[in-house]
Amino acid sequence: MYRYDEFDHDFVQARVAEFSDQVARRLAGEITEDQFRPLRLMNGVYLQLHAYMLRIAVPYGTLNSKQLRMLGHIARKYDKGYGHFTTRQNIQFNWPALSDIPAILADLASVEMHAIQTSGNCIRNVTADHFAGAAADEVADPRPYAEILRQWSSVHPEFSFLPRKFKIAVTGAERDRAAIQTHDIGLHLKKNAAGELGFAVYVGGGQGRTPMIAKKIRDFLPEADLLSYCTAILRVYNLYGRRDNKYKARIKILVHETGVEEITRQVEAEWQELKDADLKLPEADIRAIDAYFAPPALVDRPEGDEAVKLARLDSKSFSEWLDQNVVTHRHPDYAAVTISLKGIGEAPGDASDSQMEAVADLAEKYAFDELRVSHEQNLILPHVARADLKAVYDVLVDIGLATANSNLITDIISCPGLDYCALATARSIPVAQEISSRFASLERQREIGELKLKISGCINACGHHHVGHIGILGVEKKGAELYQVTLGGSADENTSVGEIIGRGFSSEEITDAIEQIVETYLGLRLDRNEKFIDAYRRVGPTPFKEALYAGETKAA
Amino acid sequence: MKVLTANRLADGEAVWYANGGWAEIIDNADLADDKATEDRLEAIGATALANNEVVDVNLIDVTVANGVVVPVRLREKIRAAGPTNRNDLGKQARPEAARAA
Repeated sequence: MYRYDEFDHDFVQARVAEFSDQVARRLAGEITEDQFRPLRLMNGVYLQLHAYMLRIAVPYGTLNSKQLRMLGHIARKYDKGYGHFTTRQNIQFNWPALSDIPAILADLASVEMHAIQTSGNCIRNVTADHFAGAAADEVADPRPYAEILRQWSSVHPEFSFLPRKFKIAVTGAERDRAAIQTHDIGLHLKKNAAGELGFAVYVGGGQGRTPMIAKKIRDFLPEADLLSYCTAILRVYNLYGRRDNKYKARIKILVHETGVEEITRQVEAEWQELKDADLKLPEADIRAIDAYFAPPALVDRPEGDEAVKLARLDSKSFSEWLDQNVVTHRHPDYAAVTISLKGIGEAPGDASDSQMEAVADLAEKYAFDELRVSHEQNLILPHVARADLKAVYDVLVDIGLATANSNLITDIISCPGLDYCALATARSIPVAQEISSRFASLERQREIGELKLKISGCINACGHHHVGHIGILGVEKKGAELYQVTLGGSADENTSVGEIIGRGFSSEEITDAIEQIVETYLGLRLDRNEKFIDAYRRVGPTPFKEALYAGETKAA
Repeated sequence: MKVLTANRLADGEAVWYANGGWAEIIDNADLADDKATEDRLEAIGATALANNEVVDVNLIDVTVANGVVVPVRLREKIRAAGPTNRNDLGKQARPEAARAA
């Protein structure tokens, strides 16, 4: 993974010193809250319902064991013993004191981490496929390009005060696990006919109150042109993006209002001015960054096949976990492991201090010191020898993280919702917990098959409900929580925005409604191989509406 | 009826104005049931904000039943108690809150 050079160290240390001074001056009353708020947001510090919240960047979701151990330490020393992994592949702490944040940032800097640009109208943490570097189906590792974008966008003077926040995602495989079409810029790393690397470029995706699927504006951009082309997009956005209305300020609105042909023309025209200048990436620079992401030396471990076979016979639960949470690696003797942070009835994405430390130990011992945070709020060990899978599983059982539910209905994405968030209008974690408990039976979950359920506690859609196969949006209506259900969303290479199915449900009704939807699907699917999303696309909303609202008058 | 609430500057703790200071639980918060008292509380909040004691100052609606102050909005109920999925955290986890309940 990327290691800080001297410049990076100095840069992050200087920021820690600067923000520490700003915090000290705020606590001494030398600056007002209005003056301080933009400064704290630039450093990832929000004010939530119960306390401050600190959002820490995990660039493209990649961590080493030392870093995860430090996150565990921070959870224990400065917070309340846990952290929350987010859909931006970051981590949030819910309870830090403002007066402790300088010390937390100093601790983070000691392991090459920070909280810069995790808030504000700037280019946020660049996200990537959580199986990058391990996936059998990828053309190349997308993370070197994400790192190049990170370096270019960090305190970029031209792009630090954009009309609104800006999110970039990169995938290196046809099968999109990074949800690139829901981002402001989505980059699909691919090879052209000549075998050269480049990107399909998507622009103008996003969720929030106006969900939009990104439009492809270029089918192949040579890798050397990555920064000049992104600069051209950002310049067009910075110039024409709607600064008059916060709710229309994202690039998705500009793309939608301008039209894809015209926005493409504008970007291409801007790019003509930039493409042959100093933003062209020298081949040597790309390869230098590439070298940081060189895959670990994976020695052949052919004994894994036999070991896995025997362990499967020995343990049904191991076998189920293997089927659900372990995926093929590009090296046949290895596998990528999803550590579910979605225990039955638990808060999605939460991990305790001791769990973080234990997972860090696992990564160090069995996974070449590498970890990932997925945007689906799980942790990943990207490179585990199949021969070591049982040993890894046994530790996960001991620490309560062996839930075999990856991609099943209880693998729920959920924002913090009204239990923590100052913007939320309804709770989302308790809804996730109740649905998870209702579908606790693994046998039943596996019978249902792949089903992505996503919950947001307000229209800002941090819980990605628009792109859930089943999406739930919590709103406040007449002083009570009301949950609106959308069906048919997805965030893969066939991205779609879910459709609202009808009137919303109270907190008492929502789990029954979800169960009704699932039972309806089970009753109409062609066979076990027809996934929920495929069945929905085949039959449309009508059978689900009938099941949910049968007997209600039209007026309802 | 209204009470004055905010978050303490140094640690973000949710607080309510009570008996001339900022209390960490809502139970004894000063109640405003007329415009003049609301104005007085608002002025106190503005001064506390200006003095950098608290941030995010708001007058919120409450009801009082059997002497217990209960916020009207769920958001404020959660602020006054803690996350509903973690009874071990927030005000609800405190011994004095347990007694009040």
